[in-house]
Amino acid sequence: MDRLNILGLIFVLVFFGLMIAASVVLRQREGRKLREIPAFVRLRRAIGLAVEAGSRLHISLGRGQLLSSQSAIGYVGLSILDRIARSTSISDRPPVATSGEGSLGILSQDTLQDAAKYLGVESDPMRGRITGLTPYSYAAGTLSFIQEEDIGANLLIGSFGNEVALITDAAERKVGMTLGGTDNLTGQAVLFAAAQEPLIGEETYAGGAYLGAGPMHIASLYAQDILRWVLIGLIVIGAILKLFSVL
Amino acid sequence: MRNPVYTAIAIGVGIVVLLGYFLQFDLLINLRIILLEWATILVATTLLIGVVNLFIVHWRKSTTDQPNRVNSIALLAGLTITLGVAGWFGPTDPYSLWIFNYILIPIEASLMGILSVVLIYAGVRLLRRKPNLLSIVFIATAVVILLMTGPLFGIDIPGLAELRIWIGKVPAVAGARGILLGVSLGIIAAGLRILMGADRPYGGN
Repeated sequence: MDRLNILGLIFVLVFFGLMIAASVVLRQREGRKLREIPAFVRLRRAIGLAVEAGSRLHISLGRGQLLSSQSAIGYVGLSILDRIARSTSISDRPPVATSGEGSLGILSQDTLQDAAKYLGVESDPMRGRITGLTPYSYAAGTLSFIQEEDIGANLLIGSFGNEVALITDAAERKVGMTLGGTDNLTGQAVLFAAAQEPLIGEETYAGGAYLGAGPMHIASLYAQDILRWVLIGLIVIGAILKLFSVL
Repeated sequence: MRNPVYTAIAIGVGIVVLLGYFLQFDLLINLRIILLEWATILVATTLLIGVVNLFIVHWRKSTTDQPNRVNSIALLAGLTITLGVAGWFGPTDPYSLWIFNYILIPIEASLMGILSVVLIYAGVRLLRRKPNLLSIVFIATAVVILLMTGPLFGIDIPGLAELRIWIGKVPAVAGARGILLGVSLGIIAAGLRILMGADRPYGGN
């Protein structure tokens, strides 16, 4: 059996064990303190303001295919959509979701319908829209959607390339808050420049934990932090060994 | 919970696919391949549903008194004509390729043109919104790379080419790897949460 595959499986199992251990420890301890990420502080404020002002929240889920590694960021976006749909229950105008991929569009409709059922309100399936199926048609469809609707804040959480700049530009013109996070390096660079509140690297994946999606989201953050330090240690040791020509 | 059966199926299928990737047992590998083939068919079907969703949304907008309904009518006309031509003559027919080469490509190219202007504007806006060290380094790096990528009127500034290569090979690669490591950890965490049933994007939260 390939040694690399075994190492990979061990890594995943260690991650799994750390998540379980962290969730047990968190259950025993009172008060779960997370590092403050300004983007999520502003997002919580924006949710409150949108509910008060009667404006919509728009969540753009990107165009990540469900059969690739991009699916993970899509699931994070759906998690955030679910939390927001439930926390804006008293709003006259429930949140809307746009996506650039068929399966993500269906899942967003399902998530919104699920939240509506939980709150005991009617749900319009058209609140989960597919605005285009290629990168630029998706961007064009989403920006015209932002221009037409009365949107208080835009959350761009998903897989985006450089076309996300067109969406953030439309959002900026509407003077709403724009928060953006993606798994794509080019998209991250663009969002750093164009979004009001960019999320860098793994910050995007922490969205569920910061919006109260459940204790396992917080446990996974602790597991990530531990493994990140392990990886940093291994990289530093590797670099030192390489410096002294041991490797 | 909507239905524990859905959760059990999702967790079971996820575990089989994950183990089939790491462990080289024939049974696991074959099961993984079959499940992925089913998923591929399902995803292809959702693409068709996506087109239908797009059609319904714009049909609603074009038949009711909504702002910019002309755009929706144009989209419906474009979709119907393209679908009709490609469906009747085939996707590689000269008529289908004409639509692709003379309508679709120019539209996407013009959007790319607009994108470059939008990105320059975003850079300027970044300095106005967040005038800190990180933003200055970000813009300065972009300017240096841009200057050295173009011909710069044939002027050769000593050291700039080396600086561009060094930025590309050392800080850019180091930063990208750091971000990718964080993203990879996030991907594993998101996947494991679904395998544990803590996250249910398939409904039932």
